[in-house]
Amino acid sequence: MTVLEQPGTADHRNTPPPDWHPRTDPAPLLPEREPYRVLGTPAAAGLDPALLRRLHAELVRGRRYNRQATALTQQGRLAVYPSSTGQEACQVAAALALRPQDWLFPSYRDTLAVVARGVEPVEALTLLRGDWHSGYDPRTHRVAPLCTPLATQLPHAVGLAHAARLKGDDTVVLALVGDGGTSEGDFHEALNFAAVWQAPVVFLVQNNGFAISVPLEKQTAAPSLAHKAVGYGMPGRLVDGNDAPAVHEVLVEALERARNGGGPTLIEAVTYRIEAHTNADDATRYRDQAEVEQWRAHDPIALLERELRDRALIDDEGIREAEAAAEAMAATLRDRMNTDPVLDPMELFEHVYAEQTTQLREQAAQLRAELDAEAEFHAEEGEGR
Amino acid sequence: MSTATAPSAAPTGRKPATMAQALGRALRDAMAADPAVHVFGEDVGTLGGVFRITDGLAKEFGADRVTDTPLAEAGILGTAVGMAMYGLRPVVEMQFDAFAYPALEQLISHVARMRNRTRGALPLPITIRVPYGGGIGGVEHHSDSSEAYYLHTPGLHVVTPATVADAYGLLRASIASDDPVVFLEPKRLYWSKAEWSADAPQQVPPLGRAAVRRTGRSATLITYGPSLPVCLEAAELAVEEGWDLEVVDLRSLVPFDDETVCASVRRTGRAVVVHESSGFGGAGAEIAARVTERCFHHLEAPVLRVAGFDIPYPPPMLERHHLPGADRVLDAVARLQWEGN
Ligand SMILES: Cc1ncc(C[n+]2csc(CCOP(=O)(O)OP(=O)(O)O)c2C)c(N)n1
Repeated sequence: MTVLEQPGTADHRNTPPPDWHPRTDPAPLLPEREPYRVLGTPAAAGLDPALLRRLHAELVRGRRYNRQATALTQQGRLAVYPSSTGQEACQVAAALALRPQDWLFPSYRDTLAVVARGVEPVEALTLLRGDWHSGYDPRTHRVAPLCTPLATQLPHAVGLAHAARLKGDDTVVLALVGDGGTSEGDFHEALNFAAVWQAPVVFLVQNNGFAISVPLEKQTAAPSLAHKAVGYGMPGRLVDGNDAPAVHEVLVEALERARNGGGPTLIEAVTYRIEAHTNADDATRYRDQAEVEQWRAHDPIALLERELRDRALIDDEGIREAEAAAEAMAATLRDRMNTDPVLDPMELFEHVYAEQTTQLREQAAQLRAELDAEAEFHAEEGEGR
Repeated sequence: MSTATAPSAAPTGRKPATMAQALGRALRDAMAADPAVHVFGEDVGTLGGVFRITDGLAKEFGADRVTDTPLAEAGILGTAVGMAMYGLRPVVEMQFDAFAYPALEQLISHVARMRNRTRGALPLPITIRVPYGGGIGGVEHHSDSSEAYYLHTPGLHVVTPATVADAYGLLRASIASDDPVVFLEPKRLYWSKAEWSADAPQQVPPLGRAAVRRTGRSATLITYGPSLPVCLEAAELAVEEGWDLEVVDLRSLVPFDDETVCASVRRTGRAVVVHESSGFGGAGAEIAARVTERCFHHLEAPVLRVAGFDIPYPPPMLERHHLPGADRVLDAVARLQWEGN
């Protein structure tokens, strides 16, 4: 029997597969064609002067923080520091767009966002100084620990947002990730879970052009990182990551949508990593200085300052004030980082389990004995002298 | 529609119950006792799980607390981390041993370390249920014994029941624990039965305590999970040979009950560790080392191991050659230097 001879095939018409229908209209989810900007556009006139001044002060403070932290690596006070110079607008807007009950899930480069959210500048560096893995209690400012394994913090953010929604709380979550991190499986899984659960979470990708040495074109063939949102059924937004009020506005909108039950959003902020990956990296091996100079001409602080000056919202005196405040922060940071942290090696055994196992108690006793012997040795040496 | 009995209809009175039913009942009782307990994973809702352990839970507690997730193990465990950070007590199901591997990064890099990283500020009370082990004729990727990967990761508890009553008690204890627990369910014992009543007052044993399942004077068999019945069978057969074997069921690999194990070995002077996962770098290596270090002067013979071969898990038609049986256990017992005794 051929196909044509089968019963019912005579009037077979090629209809869509049974029960098929488009699940979501993709058109409204598409990001803008060009990164959204506010500064230097007519929309800038409507910006709140207080917000602009606040953003400016934080940007200046952030840049100074990066400079200080990098200096601390040179003095051996920090093991390593990944600077976010050039990305201050994203960092600061991320913190300022959140309310106290919201949560921030930073990636390892996002120290400025963590500090702008209220964490003590010195506590944000504990990880990089190396006296403990996380220097702050995440619950105090609702900031998850700085996360080193790329994109792994994103499912945490989704889970927390989901839990908050289940409890009926008014909490939304902002999760930060780099362009390289978008290639990780956890990025995909997090966005998928977030969309399926309609979790109140916003993902902000800081596309700073590089993952260490690897440029974006080796990372993805997507039209833009923001376009990836469409595949998950959530809106994508594309924003100029060096335009602080633009990033702030896009974030506030997305967070508000999440708060109102509108589900997650993926935002790509186009920015640039002005410095090397960390103080230990040599960026001349993989990029031209000319490219860096182009981006220096699109500097987030300069862009904002121009707006403030054009509208006479700030004068030389105002700028000096912002710089003086940043200088004071840096001085305190330097002083506190120059004090050796007080370490108790016995704490190593304290936070492994709720209750120490017998094995850990035995090992703690071993270390205690070693420490006592060491102390005794030093004491005797002191007497002998 | 599933066909298994709903956990809420689990046996009343002391009738035979399966380990699967006891596990389901433990989940149900934990959920009823604490609204923070949420169950989620692949197919755990409408279907009740591929092994039907979660059968009836979605109906009783609703889709917000018993959730069919997208098919992504790292995502399941990763979102559990965030939920636990917000005060929930997630119980996640990994569908099979080998399908838990995508979640290893979340497990090792976050679940096991968050309490430590945050100096105790963010404990993660997450229970990760993993059906594990062979002996069910499973095709590739359905029979792994993955305990060694977990027990080598500080910060995790690793628990595995071998009896119906323990399936209930240890799962309740795991869910109640403020630490993350990898709860390994021996799937070839899912349908094992015992007189057990869910309605009788249940003992929730503390985690980290081994149980002596058979007392004996000649030698100690140290085992856990799916190998307990093998050891008990070997102990019965050994009687004819004139050996009176003690059988210790570890119940929890982490924390490890040195006290019970060593007390037994010091009494008997001989020990064999039995498990079905590969021997090299396995749990048995750690156990043999610990026993040797602590009981050396009581030992009449080296501590021996009976384990699966160091091969990828075999295809189902060959697995009986890989899995240690009572004969292989008795062969090891015979090598415990009885001459002159
Ligand atoms: C899972 C994982 N793989 C590799 C690394 C090593 N690593 C640290 S930063 C980095 C590049 C990250 O690039 P991107 O996500 O774009 O963030 P950026 O550094 O630009 O802020 C790499 C590969 C890591 N931290 N985690």
